[in-house]
Amino acid sequence: MARGGDARTAGARTVRAARAARAARTVPALLTAAALLATAACSGSGGKDGEGRESGDGGGKGVGTERMTVAMVTHAGEGDTFWDIVKSGAEQAAAKDNVEFLYSADKEGDEQAQLVQTAVDREVDGLIVTLAKPKALESVVKKAVRAGIPVVTINSGARHSEPLGALSHIGQDESVAGEAVGEELNREGREKALCVIHEQGNVSLEERCAGAAKTFDGSMDLLNVDGTNMPSTQSSVEAKLQADQDIDAVVALGAPFAAAAVKAKENAGSRAQIATFDLNASVVKALRAGDVRFAVDQQPYLQGYLAVDELWLHRTNANVLGGGEPVLTGPAVVTEKDVPRLEKYIERGTR
Amino acid sequence: MTATAKAPAEPADERLLHTSLLRRLMGRPELGAVVGAVAVFVFFSFAADSFLQVSSLSTVLYAASTIGIMAVPVALLMIGGEFDLSTGVMVTSSALVSSMFSYQMTANVWVGVGVSLLVTLAIGFFNGFMLVRTKLPSFIITLGTFLMLTGLNLGFTKLISGGVGTKTIGDMEGFDSARAVFASRFVVGDADVRVTVLWWLGLVALATWILLRTRAGNWIFASGGGANAARAVGVPVDRTKIGLYMGVAFAAWVAGQHLLFEYDSVQSGEGVGNEFLYIIAAVIGGCLMTGGYGSAIGSAVGALIFGMTSKGIVYAQWDPDWFKFFLGAMLLLATLLNAWVRKRAEATK
Repeated sequence: MARGGDARTAGARTVRAARAARAARTVPALLTAAALLATAACSGSGGKDGEGRESGDGGGKGVGTERMTVAMVTHAGEGDTFWDIVKSGAEQAAAKDNVEFLYSADKEGDEQAQLVQTAVDREVDGLIVTLAKPKALESVVKKAVRAGIPVVTINSGARHSEPLGALSHIGQDESVAGEAVGEELNREGREKALCVIHEQGNVSLEERCAGAAKTFDGSMDLLNVDGTNMPSTQSSVEAKLQADQDIDAVVALGAPFAAAAVKAKENAGSRAQIATFDLNASVVKALRAGDVRFAVDQQPYLQGYLAVDELWLHRTNANVLGGGEPVLTGPAVVTEKDVPRLEKYIERGTR
Repeated sequence: MTATAKAPAEPADERLLHTSLLRRLMGRPELGAVVGAVAVFVFFSFAADSFLQVSSLSTVLYAASTIGIMAVPVALLMIGGEFDLSTGVMVTSSALVSSMFSYQMTANVWVGVGVSLLVTLAIGFFNGFMLVRTKLPSFIITLGTFLMLTGLNLGFTKLISGGVGTKTIGDMEGFDSARAVFASRFVVGDADVRVTVLWWLGLVALATWILLRTRAGNWIFASGGGANAARAVGVPVDRTKIGLYMGVAFAAWVAGQHLLFEYDSVQSGEGVGNEFLYIIAAVIGGCLMTGGYGSAIGSAVGALIFGMTSKGIVYAQWDPDWFKFFLGAMLLLATLLNAWVRKRAEATK
């Protein structure tokens, strides 16, 4: 490499220079072409230009109370629509209540605990945490309570909230939500249902399925799929529906997976009805088209909004929400006939 | 096995001829995988009643094709001696760029598709360029790209769409024709075939032709077999490697557009972990982790094994909790088989 390489390196340099010059000419040309295409080839339908102008802001000037800081630490994974809605609810309440709102999340229990510790160290005026991994968070939440920081727990972990000294718990009991699905399936006259778990080993997903199986009069099968791989999720559901023709209902446990279940059902030529947990724009479309029969909404916006509001009320008026019992934000069963009312809220990401 | 069973009954020269043929076959990188594929197929034909239905096989083919499209260029890259850990999220990035560009510009969706191709190729170029410039292991470089893309996917999507999924482009111009190209289905006889299967087979054919019939193919084998030796005889190793990364990016673009047009919006958190599926398919298909050896057809067989197993377990209605265990066991067996086959093949030379 060392000696005889010199001549070649020099040669290579000229070649490289020529190539760079060529690239310098092609890259802007390509960009211009893309820009031209973009302006020339406009879509007459949909897209950003088709968006409504309606804003989601509740408006109002906010209260005159003293500025306070509230931290929310959740177990949200990256890119989960659900937590986005929780967060926007909290932000809306924070804007209204003159609250500085800090948000952080980590799906690993001990990482989440460290984030809570950071909030305690910052001496925030209120703390909102999720207790998906109660053991990991136990000591740090107790520490916050001892430090005199009011704590509100949201989402999962209702059972663990009070023993840790939290003011209130605001969330949906996953088992209760599951039970609502089972009852709804009975009403639809279903006989064999499939519960699609998109994250193996997630306790709240298992609880939803278990709850549904408890109230459902028919039989219920479970299917574990790889939630970060949509084509695989779809083909697994498809395979299951082909393997067992008796399945007449599929329960998806998250909004994005409902679309995959609908596709799978079409491809498998199955007569199954699709039901899902949580809402998003495409679930609403599917509800309207009749592809999805019903959706169970746990109103995540309320979880964020009420938690911040509760901390503010506690500080300014010493209120406590729920009277020692968890405040349930769900389940609310959404069907085709609710669609017209909810559509615009879902579009702006608050339902 | 058949050779030893038959051998005593046959004349000596016949046996010699038979052995050499067998050995020649054993020299093919995909042989171990083909044996494995047949075994898996026969196994699930018995274990699962509904596995042999035409509709089931088309589902299996679909599952295999979505991995296979990416496994082809990943196999080429591994033959060239490098890894790419950013492939899984790169597919999602490609879909996100396409969807958000079309939406934000209110452009015909084909414009987004084109921009996405440029952006994805640029990511591939970045991987390759960083590799040849820094001389760091590709493992580290692409791990960095993987993490950066994961963050960019989420960050940009939230910044632009205001949520973690993109907004629907299903009602925009060009959507139907783009769906026809990337996510349609057609009927052959009784079977319902997805268009991804055609993309997959096309890529396998193209990659096989490049590997076995062109100068670039020789460069790939040489770069992976021994980069310094290859450089000494005039192989443009750096250019080959950058090209390989851009090939991966091209396939990521195809897979990404499928992801987008199969539905009409994309979740930004998708794709994490899929990079290993592609590598697994390539390794089951006979690629060596050390480079210089493997085949595109093998990667297709690897993807097929993966598809058959992952869906076969569902058809057999076993407890899917055990899925990952089977997968791990199979990867191990396939690698052992390949190592053994390769040793035999080398012994004949």
